[in-house]
Amino acid sequence: MRRKISEYIIESLIKLSGFVVIIFVFLIFLFLLRDSLSLFRVYKVGEFLFGRNWLPISEPPKFGIVPLLLGSIYVTVGAIVICVPVGVAAAMFIAEAAPTFLKHILKSLIEILAAIPSVVLGFIGIIWLSPFLKNTFHLNTGMCGFTGSLLLAFMALPTIISISEDALVGVPRAYKEAAFGLGATRWQALWRIVLPAASPGIIAGVMLGIGRVIGETMVVMMVTGNSPVIPTSILQPLRTLTATIAGEMGETVSGSEHYFALFAVGLVLFIITFIINFLADSFLRRARV
Amino acid sequence: MKIGLKLTLLLLPILFAAGCSEDVPPGEPVGFIQVKGSDTVVNAAQKVAEEFMKDYPHVFVAVTGGGSGVGIASLINKTCDVATCSREMKPKEIEMAEKRSVFPKEFTVAHDGVAVIVNKDNPIDKLTIEDLHRIFTGKATNWKEFGGKDLHIVTLSREVSSGTHMYFKEEVVRLGKKDNRDEFSPQTLLLTSSQAIVEEVAGNEAAIGYLGMGYVSDRTKALLVAKADQFYSPDVDNVIKKAYPLSRGLYFYTNGEPNGVTKLFIDFTLGPKGQQQFIETGFVPMGATVAQKD
Repeated sequence: MRRKISEYIIESLIKLSGFVVIIFVFLIFLFLLRDSLSLFRVYKVGEFLFGRNWLPISEPPKFGIVPLLLGSIYVTVGAIVICVPVGVAAAMFIAEAAPTFLKHILKSLIEILAAIPSVVLGFIGIIWLSPFLKNTFHLNTGMCGFTGSLLLAFMALPTIISISEDALVGVPRAYKEAAFGLGATRWQALWRIVLPAASPGIIAGVMLGIGRVIGETMVVMMVTGNSPVIPTSILQPLRTLTATIAGEMGETVSGSEHYFALFAVGLVLFIITFIINFLADSFLRRARV
Repeated sequence: MKIGLKLTLLLLPILFAAGCSEDVPPGEPVGFIQVKGSDTVVNAAQKVAEEFMKDYPHVFVAVTGGGSGVGIASLINKTCDVATCSREMKPKEIEMAEKRSVFPKEFTVAHDGVAVIVNKDNPIDKLTIEDLHRIFTGKATNWKEFGGKDLHIVTLSREVSSGTHMYFKEEVVRLGKKDNRDEFSPQTLLLTSSQAIVEEVAGNEAAIGYLGMGYVSDRTKALLVAKADQFYSPDVDNVIKKAYPLSRGLYFYTNGEPNGVTKLFIDFTLGPKGQQQFIETGFVPMGATVAQKD
């Protein structure tokens, strides 16, 4: 009897926390929406979404997010191009090729990598990486999108590696054994059988990595130069959505147009990350079936 | 056992509170002051706070930066006692404050020159305000135009929450004219701290940036600046004489007439011990200006 009661209590507590989380997300969305709507009462939605100038403290202010949106996309795509091949290859190595002792060392190293605070990475970016890239590529300045992409790729690697590795290890042994039975080499089995079987999990890992990259703030704010231009190359200074919010929130007096504009930028970011996480989640679910 | 544990947990906060408030002699000021705002002023304000706490050991002063805008916003939102600022409050901000029944009271605590810095390998030593205007609005893009090397000019600025950014925009980008609508060139890099500007200029031959005089070091070169044809270097003497064209005041703001420990802190800042800290961090104290005017 007592056990039943405690079980009931615990069960409802868990259920409650589940609901609370959903309510929190919903409330965050509502707050963002409310403050964004305050902007759109005085500023046209079209000019916000398709405007090419971000000049928040001018008279009259201009809140066009095209340069910021493109900045975020450039940096994110750059990071993905770097971190996905490296991350998946590393996961394949750890899951299939590495001897046991190396596997343990690598796994704990990846955990340490995940624990480095972003501000430390940003500082390394300013002091070392950005002058290095400037000299290597003969740029005007090393404060550019590519510097940001490199550091972000570094930050997304732990997520991608550990989730992909889980997915690879989770592929039933029988698949591989069947492949070997048909005379496949180890490489053929890995490339043609294990990798496709694990692909939903790997894609989910990549998606979660992207979610981390697009929402990251500190590093991009420190190393990308933050120029609100429409970027034409990743080797050029650019400004992202997140860095704009973080860099400008301090200036604005709550209740001003600029303040609401930053909330609207936040809403755009929220919608983007929501879509990415939603996709990642649906891939993860497919992986489990 | 269980009861003992509960008792300790209950008593813990009480013990902690007792530990904090020791034995304060009667009449000794006790309190907490939150100082927030300008990155230009933050180092000097921190030193003033440290000296102040030596004299008044039971008053704790917390100093944080973030930009003049941060200070003003928190003054209006009533989350700080003193806002530090490297520009004057705008009429629009004062209006917004009064709407929330905050009545900003201004204290000029020191003077500062805004130095324009370039890389040490840059052969250029001096520029006029008009030159700087052309560089920072993007009308001039190559150092060649000013007799320098054939390099694309990389302009550096502080973020929009910086008071120095706003001062520079008004005095250089808009040449001090109210009806001028010029903007910083969109190519301008907006860096988050004065330190980041120093790092970039020190490592980039093509870069030019601006910052409070206190940040000038021998890692970069500060340019001589002229309004017309007379060039001046950004040093204490030229700021006192108001000869250096990019001179400005540094301000503390309180909500209404300060009282209690906040008043003590403001008085201390304006007094000799406080002013000494501004001299040591590279700024120009108040007295010097007044003496010169007389």
